[in-house]
Amino acid sequence: MVTATTCSYCGVGCTLELHTVGNQIYKVTSPPDAPANRGNLCVKGRFGYDYVHSGDRLTQPLIRRGGVPGARRGTPEYGTLEPASWDEALDLVATRLGAIKADHGPDALMGLSSAKCTNEENYLFQKFIRAAIGTHNVDHCARLCHASSVVAVNMALGSAAMSNSIGEIRREIDCILVTGHNTTENHPIVGLEMKAAVARGADLILVDPREIELAEFATYHLKHRSGSDVAVFNAMANVIIAERLYNQQFVDERTEGFAVVAAAVKDCTPEWAEEISGVPADLIRQAARLYAGAKASGIYWGMGITQHHNGTQAALSLCNLALLTGQIGRPGTGLNPVRGQNNVQGAGDMGALPNNLPGYMPATDETALEKWSQAWGVKLSRTKGLTATDGVNAMGEGKLKGLYVMGENPLMTDPNLHHARACFEELEFLAVQDIFLTETAEMADVVLPGAAFAEKEGTYNNTERRVQRVRAAVTPPGAARQDWQILGELSTRLGYPMHYERPADIWREVAGLVPSFKGITWARLEAGPGIQWPCPDDQHPGTRFLHAGTFPRGRGKLHPVVYEPPTENPDDDYPFVLTTGRVLFHWHSGVLSRRAAGLNAIAPEALVEIHPYDAVELGIADAGMVTVTSRRGKVTAKAQVTTRPLPGSIFMTFHYAEAAANLLTIDSLDPLAKIPEFKVCAVKLEPAI
Amino acid sequence: MEMVRLTIDGRPVEAPRGTTLRQAALQAGTHTPTLCHHEHLNCAANCRVCVVEVERARTLIPSCATPVQDGMVVRTDTDRVRKARRMVLELLMTEIDTTTAPEIQAYGRYYGADPARYPAVREAAKEREVIIDNPFYVRDYAKCMACMRCVRACGSDIQHTWAIAMTGHGHHISVGAGSPTNDITESPCVFCGNCVGLCPTGALMGIAEYEVRKAGLIGTPELQWSPETGLTGPGTAKEVI
Repeated sequence: MVTATTCSYCGVGCTLELHTVGNQIYKVTSPPDAPANRGNLCVKGRFGYDYVHSGDRLTQPLIRRGGVPGARRGTPEYGTLEPASWDEALDLVATRLGAIKADHGPDALMGLSSAKCTNEENYLFQKFIRAAIGTHNVDHCARLCHASSVVAVNMALGSAAMSNSIGEIRREIDCILVTGHNTTENHPIVGLEMKAAVARGADLILVDPREIELAEFATYHLKHRSGSDVAVFNAMANVIIAERLYNQQFVDERTEGFAVVAAAVKDCTPEWAEEISGVPADLIRQAARLYAGAKASGIYWGMGITQHHNGTQAALSLCNLALLTGQIGRPGTGLNPVRGQNNVQGAGDMGALPNNLPGYMPATDETALEKWSQAWGVKLSRTKGLTATDGVNAMGEGKLKGLYVMGENPLMTDPNLHHARACFEELEFLAVQDIFLTETAEMADVVLPGAAFAEKEGTYNNTERRVQRVRAAVTPPGAARQDWQILGELSTRLGYPMHYERPADIWREVAGLVPSFKGITWARLEAGPGIQWPCPDDQHPGTRFLHAGTFPRGRGKLHPVVYEPPTENPDDDYPFVLTTGRVLFHWHSGVLSRRAAGLNAIAPEALVEIHPYDAVELGIADAGMVTVTSRRGKVTAKAQVTTRPLPGSIFMTFHYAEAAANLLTIDSLDPLAKIPEFKVCAVKLEPAI
Repeated sequence: MEMVRLTIDGRPVEAPRGTTLRQAALQAGTHTPTLCHHEHLNCAANCRVCVVEVERARTLIPSCATPVQDGMVVRTDTDRVRKARRMVLELLMTEIDTTTAPEIQAYGRYYGADPARYPAVREAAKEREVIIDNPFYVRDYAKCMACMRCVRACGSDIQHTWAIAMTGHGHHISVGAGSPTNDITESPCVFCGNCVGLCPTGALMGIAEYEVRKAGLIGTPELQWSPETGLTGPGTAKEVI
């Protein structure tokens, strides 16, 4: 049997063909006409599927029993998770959530939805939280990855999705500006397209502190110090204005705020930026000229830009470059926050955000609230919802008493994990719906076993806004259930019945209510490849690139951006900068990829990248153990002595529970996007015995 | 777009300049067998199973690599073409293990390839041992026809990693991982497996598929081929012009 579906790892949205014998996947292929990936795959997509068949899969509901009254969550006295029937488990979740709602009001509850789940499941999840529970306290892991991009690009243009299609890179771009994005490891297929573009003759400007693979393909590599992004991009804007490289006609016709930004960057000379960033002033000038002068320039960025206390400002400084030069609104040109999870785009599109209803209708807008109140037959709350990061602190303060988590693992992915854990311990009730007993599920009162990607029907939206089908190739193990069915059962038990026959019915409800999905019918998705929203009617082919002619907010808005240093800088006690990120072979908190035997065999342990200068000085040998300490925690892992990081900086991944980098990271937040500053904190290093 | 006029199998054909003979023939409704050719790879023209006869050309012409020219008279199904294709397939079937190469088998059946006609050919290639040196895929160079799809995919055509290259000569030619030990885990390989996805003979195969085949749970699908229909059968897709 061969089943066509969509990959469950990153946001590229590769088409997969799952080959099965019985209930076992034995091979993954991809057709040459796959819209996002042309039949190419990466190691995770092609060989990382076996977590689906892992013996660790949850096969029955679990309920915590035998706890000592008054015992603290997370301690052995709190009891053990033991098998239970579905009825018992669902009744318990409904009763406990219902009781908290009755005693403390709906805003004492929160739901974390999942960028790994389908559109249909995300839509149901936020509907469950908003309509059945009655709060806007719903969020998902985009808070930790592109929240600042979403805020910034919305401020600048009025819509936050990626401007371009992946296919435009190969064919239509002349200058690619990549920053804070380790493309070849985190979106390997986008990396291939960029390499193909360079092979065709396109220029690549890389702005990244690390010597990543793309550096070998770059025309210019601006190796700036972590956290100095705004200085570099403001200086590029300074050059573009001072040397009159901006697009006067575009600025006049399609933007506002030029004078304010021109004044703001007047003193941000390349020499000024060199002091802060360490990038030679001339290199900044060359990069600015190349970006502004190319026929079609596009900007691609990732967590290196967003995961800062001023991530929104950094993303705005990129928006300024595109708007000044008119490098947006044509094929190959635009602003591209490359989305991380397989369906993080969809989770946002479906309204799994505290401030947005489905289709990004603001949850503060009366008309929108009225529309959805009517659609769902219930009056929606007018109280502002909490973000995931604010939610953690609200748990610690006792304001948030109950949490329902679907397919997320905040106790690995949140910053400053000791603090996060302490906050989770204060919860009165925690339920987790997942396919594995994650670090978060281990803390829960009830665990409900859901279905893996290869077991479900539905859709994901990839990073280029393409709605693509997900199809079941195998059946879930044991008593595990479809996630949308679990949500329906729970909602019904809480007095808000949600009955759907199949995921297609849920999609029909969404597409009927969100104009940009109106033309994306289930029949079209069944019959052909995915369709890129906006797609207003069923004859519309979908939208390849955005912002031709006009921006959603009318004129593109230039924002003055002021450089601010990171919250925590190296000092005598903690002299190194720690940056966190990912490697090719693993996925986020490792829940999936560490259960893929091949991936874990190739990358079995956490590595700390240290520059040879620093290693020699500290007496740290390659492959020797090193202890990394920050003001918040301590981790021991194997040293990898390499020239990839800048001297004075180290790099760790957050995939490994046994050496969890997030014990070290700082939980200072961007004030607008509430994204934590994963990318810079101060640490000290010593050889471990 | 500048159009070129030529004749294929007696029929007049008009095709944009730069079109290959294989594409022009397909446009005229005639499929050509191919092995080393892939739509996403640069042309290698090393398997020669796609040869056609062109009037006034000294030799048979690889249709995957030759652009159309005005006034060309092309024949895709003459005795000479059939014999050449049959011989290419017979030599491949003699030299390498084609049990997991459904396309070679299908072409071979159509052209009546009989590998027994070449009993004296050395079996050096077939005696190679299966290499399992990484957790993802098997390298069984007894099945390798040296089409270089994998080498092209790993290098400049897709992955830009250049972990593998051709090594050796003649009957000993093979794909190697670049180190004296030939250990792929010591090469720059990132295990994308795009080489595995493109291998036409099953020389490169995922370990899970290798195990499932060894257990007898799946076999090699039997495909059919003819110039009128192209490849048909399980897993085949419409050929792209």
